[in-house]
Amino acid sequence: MSLVIDAKVVQNKQIIPGHYRITLATPYCTEKARPGQFLHVRCGSTQDPLLRRPISIHAVDPQAGEVSLLYRVAGRGTALLAEYRVGDMVSIFGPLGRGFTLPKGDGKVCVVSGGIGIAPLYFLLQKLAGLGIFATVFQGVATAKQILIEDEIRELGHSVVVATDDGTKGFHGTVTSLFEDFLRGGGLVSKPGINEDGLVSCIFTCGPPAMMKRLSEIAAQQGAYCEVSLEERMGCGVGACLSCACKIKDGSGWFHYRRACVEGPVFPAGEVFWE
Amino acid sequence: MSSKGSNGTSAGKPKLAVNVGGIQMINPVTTASGTFGFGTEYAPYVDLNRLGAIVVKGTTLAPRAGNPTPRLVETPAGVLNSIGLQNPGVDHFIDEALPYLAGFDVPVIVNISGDTVEDYARLADRLSQAGGVAGLEVNISCPNVKKGGMQFGSDPIMAAEVTRAVKGKTSLPVIVKLSPNVTSIVSVAEKVAEAGADALSLINTLLGMSIDTKTRRPFLGNVMGGLSGPAIRPVAVRMVWQVYQAVKLPIIGMGGIVTAEDAIEFILAGATAVAVGTANFVNPHTTIDVVEGIEKYLYENGVSDLNELIGAAHG
Ligand SMILES: Cc1cc2nc3c(=O)[nH]c(=O)nc-3n(C[C@H](O)[C@H](O)[C@H](O)COP(=O)(O)OP(=O)(O)OC[C@H]3O[C@@H](n4cnc5c(N)ncnc54)[C@H](O)[C@@H]3O)c2cc1C
Ligand SMILES: Cc1cc2nc3c(=O)[nH]c(=O)nc-3n(C[C@H](O)[C@H](O)[C@H](O)COP(=O)(O)O)c2cc1C
Ligand code: FES
Repeated sequence: MSLVIDAKVVQNKQIIPGHYRITLATPYCTEKARPGQFLHVRCGSTQDPLLRRPISIHAVDPQAGEVSLLYRVAGRGTALLAEYRVGDMVSIFGPLGRGFTLPKGDGKVCVVSGGIGIAPLYFLLQKLAGLGIFATVFQGVATAKQILIEDEIRELGHSVVVATDDGTKGFHGTVTSLFEDFLRGGGLVSKPGINEDGLVSCIFTCGPPAMMKRLSEIAAQQGAYCEVSLEERMGCGVGACLSCACKIKDGSGWFHYRRACVEGPVFPAGEVFWE
Repeated sequence: MSSKGSNGTSAGKPKLAVNVGGIQMINPVTTASGTFGFGTEYAPYVDLNRLGAIVVKGTTLAPRAGNPTPRLVETPAGVLNSIGLQNPGVDHFIDEALPYLAGFDVPVIVNISGDTVEDYARLADRLSQAGGVAGLEVNISCPNVKKGGMQFGSDPIMAAEVTRAVKGKTSLPVIVKLSPNVTSIVSVAEKVAEAGADALSLINTLLGMSIDTKTRRPFLGNVMGGLSGPAIRPVAVRMVWQVYQAVKLPIIGMGGIVTAEDAIEFILAGATAVAVGTANFVNPHTTIDVVEGIEKYLYENGVSDLNELIGAAHG
């Protein structure tokens, strides 16, 4: 069950230009949250902006009873959120949605992010590390300055490879090209995330739709299980308003709408009706 | 104990019960269709038995897939939506949602929409036979479907025809939901009243639009949408005021209700009951907060019965 909670801001810091991490004291969410779930956050206290903003749970600190969100200032709501100071109260509603399925056994896991898509994946990586599963993380960003939390991911024991659109760091190109390169051998075989045959068993991804679409194709070719986290505009967050409709395959070659806030935001890639 | 009014309430709790066209409600607060799903979605946050009534998501004869996304965009103190009446169809509603709602002790009002007058009549027939339905809310005002919908709502003659067709097929109370997208809401209300409606709901959303200056394209997948939320409240209050003066039917007032004060404003304008819509999205507990706030208002102002406030602003 999810709750509306006024949570105290423990920290709200810009980590790279335009991107903030806010840490909130909320033992309830700490206990309940699963990777891939989100909080519906009220970015202000007046009737304008009116709606809550869906933001993924980025990290959980069970000892401290704290949950962190990593967000990009994208407009009015997130700009207001960036103004919260330590000690202020933020109204959160959650945790909401269906998250990632944690892999069982010693599957080879790859995590692929595009831009701010790394936000929910870090919480997943925290859980994976706790299970003794170490993944290879492919992080795609536009330019070196936008690389997010690379060191934190390494500290969990995962390996990270970066792709930049402008070639300022790591692989020069898209993260999907980097990933394909990796699968072809690309000097990375035998690293965590891939087995001796060059096969991945499980892929988790969050980023722009075109990127996730391409990854789901790659996953299908590989025979790998893949989950994607979709983004849609949300109203209620509880399945009542039908705003957040996503196209999911209906089994007959066509699609039906499913609610990102309840049936998602994480879906098996093979079920998504990509356009 | 302090009570300011002449008819002090120290004797007991103020009376909140109202009757909307034959539907007995324990308090005046209900849910705006399409913002509360089938009730299930909010049951973890709201004790449904504490609501005056539940108005469920708009239902059509056949299932509807709904409109392309984006279906929702925020506007100043409001929201534009173009859901497009996505719903699983009346049979699914009767088989799946009604049995669940039957487990609660709250009147269930079913919002119905059709493309033709005949559709409305058939829906009324089906739902009257289903059992467990306390009333029908006839949506002649949805701006988000191409056929029917608002066309019925903007033509007083058509609105009356739909009302008569529904009345002819049911003995349940019939509430007709009016569109604000008309020159004279009073003319529509009068015709619908003549046709035998038991109550009126107003207002549905105001037709609106928003354009993304980055992409230079309309924000909504369906181009236009319906505006709701605090932004429309003054329009809604004005319409309730006008209709109350013209027609002697109970009114369910809605449009931007967030707090108990907002609800009282509608009641003073002439509403017998109120519906909470978009505000549910912001705070899932809004309906109950409004119930408690109304009770507190009555108590603090020494009003022993909410019915005394209905239309009180008309002097
Ligand atoms: C399940 C989910 C998880 C998300 N997790 C994160 C995250 O961890 N970090 C992060 O930075 N962002 C995340 N987003 C995107 C984030 O919700 C939007 O960037 C944010 O709502 C923008 O609000 P704004 O007021 O700053 O922008 P505005 O453009 O002013 O917002 C106006 C309206 O559009 C909606 N909106 C705008 N952009 C988006 C978008 N991309 N997706 C959905 N709704 C949008 C807003 O919620 C609001 O209702 C997530 C979105 C979803 C659906
Ligand atoms: C997402 C959404 C879906 C709606 N769906 C319906 C519907 O199916 N049938 C209907 O009669 N009204 C529908 N409405 C209109 C509301 O019931 C209500 O009349 C309107 O939103 C004004 O109230 P509010 O400002 O409190 O939301 C919908 C409104 C919203 C925001
Ligand atoms: S946001 Fe309302 S149904 Fe998903």
